[in-house]
Amino acid sequence: MKSLLAILALSTALTAPGLAMARPVTLTTTMTNYGGDGAYLALYVTDTSGAYVGSLWMAGGKSKYYEHLSDWYRATGGDPAQINGITGASVGAGRSLEITLDLADALFDAGYTLHVDAAVEDMRDSPNEVAIPLTSAGAGKAVAGRRYIASFTYDM
Amino acid sequence: MIRAFHRWPGLLALALVTILALSGAMLAVVPAVERIAAPQAEAGLTVATLATRVQAAYPGVEQIRRAPSGQITAYWFDQGTPGAAVIEPTTGLGVASADPNQVERWLTNLHRSLFLDDTGRIAMAAGAAAMLVLAFSGIALVARRTGGWRHWFARLRGPLAGRLHVEIARVAVLGLVLSASTALWMTASTFDLLPDATATPVFPAEVSGETGVSLSDIDLLQTTPVAELRALNFPYRDDATDVYTLKTDRGTGYLDQGTGLTLAWADLSGWARLSETIYMLHTGQGAAALGLVLGLMALGVPVMGVTGVLVWWAGRRGRPRIRANRPARQAETILLVGSEGGSTWGFAATLHAALTKAGQSVHVAPMSAFAPESYTRADRIIVLAATYGDGDAPASAKGFLDRLAALEQAPAAPLAVLGFGDSSFPAYCAFAEAVSAAANAKGWAELMPLDSVDRQSAQTFARWGRHLGQAMGLSLDLAHQPVLPSTRALSLVSRRDYGADVQAPTAILRFALPPLSLWQRLTGAGFARFQAGDLVGILPEGSPVPRLYSLASARRDGFVEIVVRKQPGGICSSALMALAPGDTVKAFLRRNPGFHPDRGRSPLILIGAGTGIGPLAGIIRGNRRLRPIHLFFGMRHPGSDFLYSREMPVWKAEGRLVRLVTAVSRGAQPNYVQDALRAERAEVARLIRDGARVMVCGGRDMAAGVADALAEILAPSGLTPALLKAEGRYVEDVY
Repeated sequence: MKSLLAILALSTALTAPGLAMARPVTLTTTMTNYGGDGAYLALYVTDTSGAYVGSLWMAGGKSKYYEHLSDWYRATGGDPAQINGITGASVGAGRSLEITLDLADALFDAGYTLHVDAAVEDMRDSPNEVAIPLTSAGAGKAVAGRRYIASFTYDM
Repeated sequence: MIRAFHRWPGLLALALVTILALSGAMLAVVPAVERIAAPQAEAGLTVATLATRVQAAYPGVEQIRRAPSGQITAYWFDQGTPGAAVIEPTTGLGVASADPNQVERWLTNLHRSLFLDDTGRIAMAAGAAAMLVLAFSGIALVARRTGGWRHWFARLRGPLAGRLHVEIARVAVLGLVLSASTALWMTASTFDLLPDATATPVFPAEVSGETGVSLSDIDLLQTTPVAELRALNFPYRDDATDVYTLKTDRGTGYLDQGTGLTLAWADLSGWARLSETIYMLHTGQGAAALGLVLGLMALGVPVMGVTGVLVWWAGRRGRPRIRANRPARQAETILLVGSEGGSTWGFAATLHAALTKAGQSVHVAPMSAFAPESYTRADRIIVLAATYGDGDAPASAKGFLDRLAALEQAPAAPLAVLGFGDSSFPAYCAFAEAVSAAANAKGWAELMPLDSVDRQSAQTFARWGRHLGQAMGLSLDLAHQPVLPSTRALSLVSRRDYGADVQAPTAILRFALPPLSLWQRLTGAGFARFQAGDLVGILPEGSPVPRLYSLASARRDGFVEIVVRKQPGGICSSALMALAPGDTVKAFLRRNPGFHPDRGRSPLILIGAGTGIGPLAGIIRGNRRLRPIHLFFGMRHPGSDFLYSREMPVWKAEGRLVRLVTAVSRGAQPNYVQDALRAERAEVARLIRDGARVMVCGGRDMAAGVADALAEILAPSGLTPALLKAEGRYVEDVY
């Protein structure tokens, strides 16, 4: 169910090619012990020009706090339709978030970038916490975030 | 009904509201501490100047935030490493860590969600809702108890737990209502149930594409004082499409990083403003003093929880189970009970048991269940009615008078009304009187005239029972035994006898203090703490009904002293009068705070006759602060029943007693204590005008005579005994 909706969410922005050709991708986000409440995370994709393509996941259920995920919020205007059905709980300090999605093949090696915006109550907002190009070669390679994320990987 | 709305939410939500209140009280200190610790910006400092200073100190600055406390925090990146600090506005330099305080975070999470996230938030919101229900039902109860809104801060009487509960509540309720209602608003806001989202302007489609405008050249930053700042976000480095984002008390806007022009602006919506005000009222963030006041009021909640449970438990323990209660349609006797705290139910149970034993079929019900159409076989209807507050119907009698007034015709079965109350209250048995008057007005036949039982006197109840038995043609023995505290053996130390020559054998009996358990010493229970005017219950051999005597000594005196007069046929007084030193009686202590001298320094006028001198003598003996005491004492003959005649001159010499006026009723010119008052009318009126307090102890007739005399004496000054009673300046201990 989750993966189907993820495709749908993406398909609104990604025009048809290769919708049938998708593969399961596991996104793993591990938080540092930043000493605060649960972090809100927005995972989304931009194209070569930096334009917003679609959202993959929203960790954090209360829309009134989404404005703190400022890049995502600016790109979407906070539109709840962008994350309809792909929303989960916020991620606590030191915890991991693992999600598996069916992502279209066309997203890889085509200049798309996966972004993670992060925000924690009473702490700094960290838009663009992670920005990682989606390539076949980059799969499985962990990158660290700027402030809250200890490591982020996508595995195919 | 209202009581149930107070009791059950209170008991169910006790733990929850206690956690809410305690954590809230601790959190309430935070804004004040932060306000004191935060380096404050100088007056007139603009956002442009502040931002320039911060940027000079931290070139990688991304965001500057200002908390309502005035604390300014900057967030920056320095060569890829994130940094943050509390900023000293005059220099732009960091002075303290910006990391959240872990204790505060822990308390906040406990306070709003019990660490259970949304489930916990809903539970805590339910706690806040319970708090609101408690507050409003409590307000209604206090208003009823004190006799209306105008008497909100009236003096309270009754047991300590109940008084403490109301004393705290009537001050703290305002803060609790504010805290609880704002909490519910905030919960609704958190769950997106309110249209109070921050309005963000649409991001500008086009920017100048230039970068590098100096902060001091941006008009809006130049004109915005730091006091209005919420947050300023800097554009990403090397991203010419990005902008400055400014949030102030008025709204949010985007500023061009090349031209400094305002590209878009959105004002704060009315809802958002309202939500922010509510947030401030709840947390004290931006209103530190209010926060402290609310926190202090919240501390009352645990105390009210404990005292509330004590009040409930005491009421519950005093309520007996009625066995073999007959249905209304089959009963010959209908027994209707109007009880507030439950003690009147005890009397009803005794009466029910005695009547049932005498072969009657009896139906007991609360007065609020009055349903005359179903009393088809009833031969008589008996009403036992307490009074609540200023003459109101007690809890279980709500609606009785309305229903009676609505009847076309009074029930055929005749009615007897017995009032229960405390004669130290101005509205003694007022509700029973109202019931009796309403019944008379309806033309309801009378089985027995209205009577009253003062302070749960089992003796009076037994006497009334004998009269009822006569009216019903059967022998009725009402041995009412309220739930008794455990008794102690008191051993007689000495006795002084008076009055044998005037046919009023009277004795001052002095008992040794009974040994106390450690628990009693620690808690002041039983005989560990008492003063003159408290009551000692004596349980005579061969009778389950205790008799109450006023104490003539305090704990400090080191003995238990009472004054007893032998009553013809009285089991208890006969037993006491027969005691020889070394003999013991079973006794318990009952506090009587309504008949203690207040802590003031104004003069006391003590009025008593016969054995009524007991507590008054105890008060004089304990008058170590030498407060001016005037004693009016009525006796039969100074040669025979002048109680405490040996001590009086000593007390006068020591200054414990200023003036002694005696009235002698046997002799050439019979003179009663009320006559003595009238003879001294000028002095008495002057003392009372100047704030003196009157305490009367003795028989009913004497007390009535004294009240009449005082009414006469006070009439010219516009005062009445009832007015003094309402102020707590006229108290009686009448038997």
